[in-house]
Amino acid sequence: MSGTDILALAACGLVAIGLYGVVAQAEVLRKIIAFNLLGAGVFLLFGVVARRGAAAGLAADPVPQAMVITGLVVAFAATALALVLTLRLHQITGAATVAEDPPSGAAPDPASEP
Amino acid sequence: MTAGLLFDLMMALAVLGTAAWTLAARTQFAAVIGFVATGLLLSLVWVRLGAVDVALTEAAIGAGATGVIILYVVARLRGGTAEISAATPSRAQRALAALLAVAVGGVLALAVLNLPDPAPSLAEAALAGSAPLGLGNPVSAVLMAHRGLDTLLESVVLVFAVLAVWSMAADHRWGGAPGPVFRREESGPLSLLARVLPPVGIVVGIYIAWVGADAPGGKFQGGTILAAMWILPWIAGLARPPSITDWRLRLMIAAGPLTFLCVGLAGFAVADGFLSYPPSFAKPLILLIEAAMTLSVAAALACLIAGPPERRLPPESMAADRR
Amino acid sequence: MTATTPGGWLLVLALTLPAGAMLLGFVAGGRHAQRIALGALAIWLAIALAVALQVQASGAPLAYVIGGWQPPLGMALRADGLAAAMLLTGAVVLLAVALFGQGAYDTPRGAAETRAAYAFWCFLPALAAALAAAFLGGDLFNLFVALEMLTFTALALACLDGKPSQFKSELRYLLFALIGSVLYLLGAGLLYGAYGTLDIALLAGRTRADAPTMVAGALMTAGLIAKMALFPLHFWLPPAHAGAPAAASALLSGLVVKGAFVLLLRLWFWVLPAPVVLGGGTVLAALGATAIVIGSVVALRQERLKLLVAYSTVAQMGYLFLMFPLLAAADADAASRAWLGGVLQAVSHALAKSAMFLAAGLIAVSLGHDRVTSLGGAARVMPITVIAFALGGLSLMGLPPSGGFTAKWLLLRASVETGQWWWSLVILTGGLLTGGYVYRIVAAALAPPAPGCVARAVPRPQELCVLALAVASMLLGVLPLYALGLVRVGAP
Repeated sequence: MSGTDILALAACGLVAIGLYGVVAQAEVLRKIIAFNLLGAGVFLLFGVVARRGAAAGLAADPVPQAMVITGLVVAFAATALALVLTLRLHQITGAATVAEDPPSGAAPDPASEP
Repeated sequence: MTAGLLFDLMMALAVLGTAAWTLAARTQFAAVIGFVATGLLLSLVWVRLGAVDVALTEAAIGAGATGVIILYVVARLRGGTAEISAATPSRAQRALAALLAVAVGGVLALAVLNLPDPAPSLAEAALAGSAPLGLGNPVSAVLMAHRGLDTLLESVVLVFAVLAVWSMAADHRWGGAPGPVFRREESGPLSLLARVLPPVGIVVGIYIAWVGADAPGGKFQGGTILAAMWILPWIAGLARPPSITDWRLRLMIAAGPLTFLCVGLAGFAVADGFLSYPPSFAKPLILLIEAAMTLSVAAALACLIAGPPERRLPPESMAADRR
Repeated sequence: MTATTPGGWLLVLALTLPAGAMLLGFVAGGRHAQRIALGALAIWLAIALAVALQVQASGAPLAYVIGGWQPPLGMALRADGLAAAMLLTGAVVLLAVALFGQGAYDTPRGAAETRAAYAFWCFLPALAAALAAAFLGGDLFNLFVALEMLTFTALALACLDGKPSQFKSELRYLLFALIGSVLYLLGAGLLYGAYGTLDIALLAGRTRADAPTMVAGALMTAGLIAKMALFPLHFWLPPAHAGAPAAASALLSGLVVKGAFVLLLRLWFWVLPAPVVLGGGTVLAALGATAIVIGSVVALRQERLKLLVAYSTVAQMGYLFLMFPLLAAADADAASRAWLGGVLQAVSHALAKSAMFLAAGLIAVSLGHDRVTSLGGAARVMPITVIAFALGGLSLMGLPPSGGFTAKWLLLRASVETGQWWWSLVILTGGLLTGGYVYRIVAAALAPPAPGCVARAVPRPQELCVLALAVASMLLGVLPLYALGLVRVGAP
């Protein structure tokens, strides 16, 4: 087993950890953190693919590397959006999860927001 | 076992360990620390994988900017414990989730270990394709030319994201500056940092963006540093961000994709079509796009971190603030 | 080897025009954003029409190699019949919704810019750009970026009202969409590792039925069906779509979910090897059949009009999956009919559903509520709106002469011809259940007004926009057959 294979397994492990966190944790904030771990695992897999494609004197195939750079920026934007929505949800309703509302969950008036 | 293999094994275990710790962390704050630590370890892994450009991006955006923005929200969330424990999945559900995660991870491992050997690669083609552009860094060549459409659309996505974040504002806050209003700190470490760091940071940020054409670095890594330097004085209350309705701020955010789009369309007239560069003039055009993109990445990231406007200051207090 | 075809530049224009319009509107803001968006969407419709005519006339897909860089290193935009038809549908719906939105999101001369109007007029061209990227993209990674463009746009449109009650379901939607995207990306990474390219045309026919390909296919499919809200991953959709303002719901249910649908078709019928498609198609269709029955039954029991229409989307999306096992069948004629039927279902649903959501929005504005049991008097105040809703309903039911009829009839025939008659039972059951919930609404709207009910008149131009969409979904059913040949250009 080569070093790249070991890192490939780490990528799979990271995906599994992230996936578990997204599904099994209640707080949205922790779901978002877990989503980022999941994303990191996916990007690491691209890194392994790039490393396996080392050729022509390059340490890694530049094409998957470029994809990861694009992907990281998009993932950051997605995280920012999810966090803002989380914060707004919390400011307005006080909720920290996306569980179904109890039937009579009356939300406070939006004007009373801090 | 060779030293390199041992190092890889240690790195892999460290990454997985901190990631698992991130999930298990008792407080949200600890979870963020775990996440940032995982990200920094991952940057080292990226260096091991021979991808220094990605390592820089991971450190700047993946761990740095993402960590900051999560931390910033953690500081402002006061979760009701009753609601959280009511929404927490039962033991059986968590076992099911673990089973799913292990199954996906296992199947994925099976797939990865069965990838063909020797691996297919575009390394040679990318190297050959970057020479006519005059770029020494093939990753930049792929980003700016061969897969230029990805980069163009991605810079447009950043504008989408800024607008989406702004549109989460309350109606009556429209027209305010991004983010909450911070108290002015005349002294103290934050104030000192906000005064001392930006001159250095701006130089470093521009340098990293500039060398991207030939060495590891580029607009995203440099732009992130610039964004941090811009935000620091906001947080210290030393400077006030412009209003989100200010067209100059909006132009800063959109300048990168607009320049990219214009240069791309100009390719119809002066080169082989959309997003192609005239051979003799490729590098200056790419540098022009990179410069505009660095500015836009910095502005967009700063606005994404700051969040939607939360207070609308009366005009006189804004004037007083500018002094 | 992909070569740029004559007219290939139209594809570049279809992508860059709305993207540029969004950026300009973003900078200019206020009233300018509105004008830029309306102008750009009108031109975009003309471009989409030109693309469709060109594909129809040449009988071959259009292609444009970006920057002259050949795939696999470079990337290409392509428009086959599927892409051209979906692009045209998107353009029609977007323009109609834009004209409709002039009512609620108008910025009069001299008025200050408002949050909702600014976001609306920026995100309409944004959605056009995202759809163009998703329909025309020829590279699986580029399509990932397109998926994220769609996600961000859809989320912002859904939150347009800024209603607190809305944020929770939209956040849930966002988490679903993001996980869907990341699973898709994971599969794309595996495919690159296995084949060294993500260009769809280069992958086509070259993939092997080995472990990396199968796992990649499974992950990408799981990600995409989460975005399409296929049963059992459907529960995020109804609250997210029903809670959005009417103009946004129409776009979300009509167009956004179709972006993932086109990607799924590209994945299954271009990228994945035939054995996988044969085995997996039946599983997808079984889930689709369940969605049809469960979605329709739940819709039948809804008390709120918009939720009813949203559950109907879950059911109607189910029909799209029936084409998967039929297309894999050996009978070429039947497979071709299934292809046409499936794509027509996507097109006619986009038109009919957007009409129905806009109609539901007008009804809610007029009556001040959208309780199904007390819609009485609606038909008297706004006959055009109720007629448009009913016409859209006919298309969903699959009654002639409507686009939905042609689509469902083709699927029905293909299922009988390929010996998979059980799918035809599902189609018929779904039609009956759909008839049930559409009848419930129309009957309630025709009832005399309840005492004390004050129904306000709604602006006539808005009603006409709704009617135009509903009539378009009808016209699809009376189109001469050669016009439908467009969809067959470049079909798998």
